[in-house]
Amino acid sequence: MNPRRDVDPHGGHGTPHEPTPTIWPVGFAIGIACIFIGLILSPIVVAVGAVLAAIFGFLWIRDVTKGIRTEPSAEEPAPEPVAPPIPAGKRPEGPEPGEGELIRYPRSKFLEAATLGLGGLIGVVVTAPVLGFTILPPFVKQGHEKVDVGAIEDYPENRYVIATYLLRPEEGEVSRRTAYIRNNGFLDDVPSFTILSNRCVHLGCPVQVNGLPIDEDAKTEVNDGQRVTRIPTAAAAGFGCPCHGGQYDTEGNRTAGPPVRALDRYEFEIVNGRLLLGDLYSVSEVDGTGAEAQIHSYPLAGPGQHVDGPEGLLYPVQPPR
Amino acid sequence: MANKKKPGLLHKLLDILLYPLTWLEERTSIPGHSGIVGGIKYFLFRKVPGDISWGHTLGSAAFTAFIVQAVTGVILAMYYQPDPDSAYESIRHITDDLTLGWLVRGMHRWGASVFIILLFLHMGRVFLYGAYKYPRELNWIIGVLILVLGMMEGFFGYLLPWDQTAYWATVVGVNLQATGPFVGPFLGPILQGGTEIGSDTLARFYSLHMLVLPGALAGLIGLHLWLVVRVGVTSPPWSADPAGKPRPGPPPPPRAGLVAPGPRGARKR
Repeated sequence: MNPRRDVDPHGGHGTPHEPTPTIWPVGFAIGIACIFIGLILSPIVVAVGAVLAAIFGFLWIRDVTKGIRTEPSAEEPAPEPVAPPIPAGKRPEGPEPGEGELIRYPRSKFLEAATLGLGGLIGVVVTAPVLGFTILPPFVKQGHEKVDVGAIEDYPENRYVIATYLLRPEEGEVSRRTAYIRNNGFLDDVPSFTILSNRCVHLGCPVQVNGLPIDEDAKTEVNDGQRVTRIPTAAAAGFGCPCHGGQYDTEGNRTAGPPVRALDRYEFEIVNGRLLLGDLYSVSEVDGTGAEAQIHSYPLAGPGQHVDGPEGLLYPVQPPR
Repeated sequence: MANKKKPGLLHKLLDILLYPLTWLEERTSIPGHSGIVGGIKYFLFRKVPGDISWGHTLGSAAFTAFIVQAVTGVILAMYYQPDPDSAYESIRHITDDLTLGWLVRGMHRWGASVFIILLFLHMGRVFLYGAYKYPRELNWIIGVLILVLGMMEGFFGYLLPWDQTAYWATVVGVNLQATGPFVGPFLGPILQGGTEIGSDTLARFYSLHMLVLPGALAGLIGLHLWLVVRVGVTSPPWSADPAGKPRPGPPPPPRAGLVAPGPRGARKR
């Protein structure tokens, strides 16, 4: 056992394995850094960085490939002595088949191919269901029942109420969700609600009411394993996220910080005077307030994912929910 | 007579004591190469450059940290319950009730940081010494994979205490992955095992943290070490006496049991 018999770690100096030292990568790195800084500062810096990276990248590649491009072709090994071409249809090895004898496919070759082929097939048959089991469950049967969060009279007009409920009561507290619900009164005899998700659209932390939750007036309603708690608030001036400082106004529009769009909203319906929460949808922004608000809505996207503008093109397909 | 007999007896005794090793070596060696015992002997007593320093011990230190993580992790797994209703309580039980539980959990919790820090220090040493160059590029690549898997271990392990910090830090971490273009919206649910973090997420993270990733890490570390032994340790860049330079004088005699197993009982008497 002599580990150095093949490779001498210090005999490699000056061999073609080692590229010639070059300073172009430094310029290339500066170019890349300019692109990243420019993404924050200004497009002009991005352009400058791109030009730098392109120039120095070209010079670097030119330097690195110099050896290959100028290598004299005389060093090419002499072509191997070519064996006389084997006539088509004849095996290269083994005795010539006699007259009337069939040319047989070698048994060893068949067994080799059969072993590899069967082994591969068994591998696929075993792996495919396991991979599917790992990857598919998150994308199927993800829907849930509509959630009854109480009678519409429980929601005073023009005040936000913090409603928490269990998305899937059978899973317990881990499925507890929070909605900020404001009764906007009636618009043409139809009750209007603003129902915001509490998940920050930066990276999914829970946003809090910038106001006073009135914990003494909290009410908990229990039915069918569902526990809905309603906490009224006073003087809610918007919402703020404790994680990275994202701020939203009372309509859920982003006013400051890193969020990329307005807060997600709930679809809702009113059945027999009860307010039912449905699925979530995403919102780029909201014009106007309350019952007259114009909501620019999109299919639900994850936190941090743009739904409009050029960055929205980065998320063309959303998984089924 | 008695004087001459004594060393013989001692050697016979030694032979009897070491017989299991000889047995093992004889049955694991390939002709012309050593077996398990010779291999371990070679690994432990192989030649390294004369002017290596404490910097060269960082790799072994990181390896030791990995072993500490593996051992303490296995023991924590005996008491931990990856279930949303009992995970936090089982961690509290480990920390507060079980004898020395606080110590083992502390070793695992702080050892995680130690492991990552040592990986970076080791990486810095290799970079500054130019030890990533030919013929060691592949070992650098494997090392980077080890670093990536090590950090994934940290990410998946962070959820397991199942407290508020763990939960929301994981929410942020998963959503960060999910902002990746094109595949991001699919990556998030795959990581979580659903559209939101729930009971499936905890079990999934636990499995990745204590089965999938440690297995991959152990394999990569084995490969990493094998390559270290195969190409040898680098001398520092300022070394006047590079490794691999033949020594003046006659070559030293081969170490017994290093090249091929001797016939049984061939020890010099």
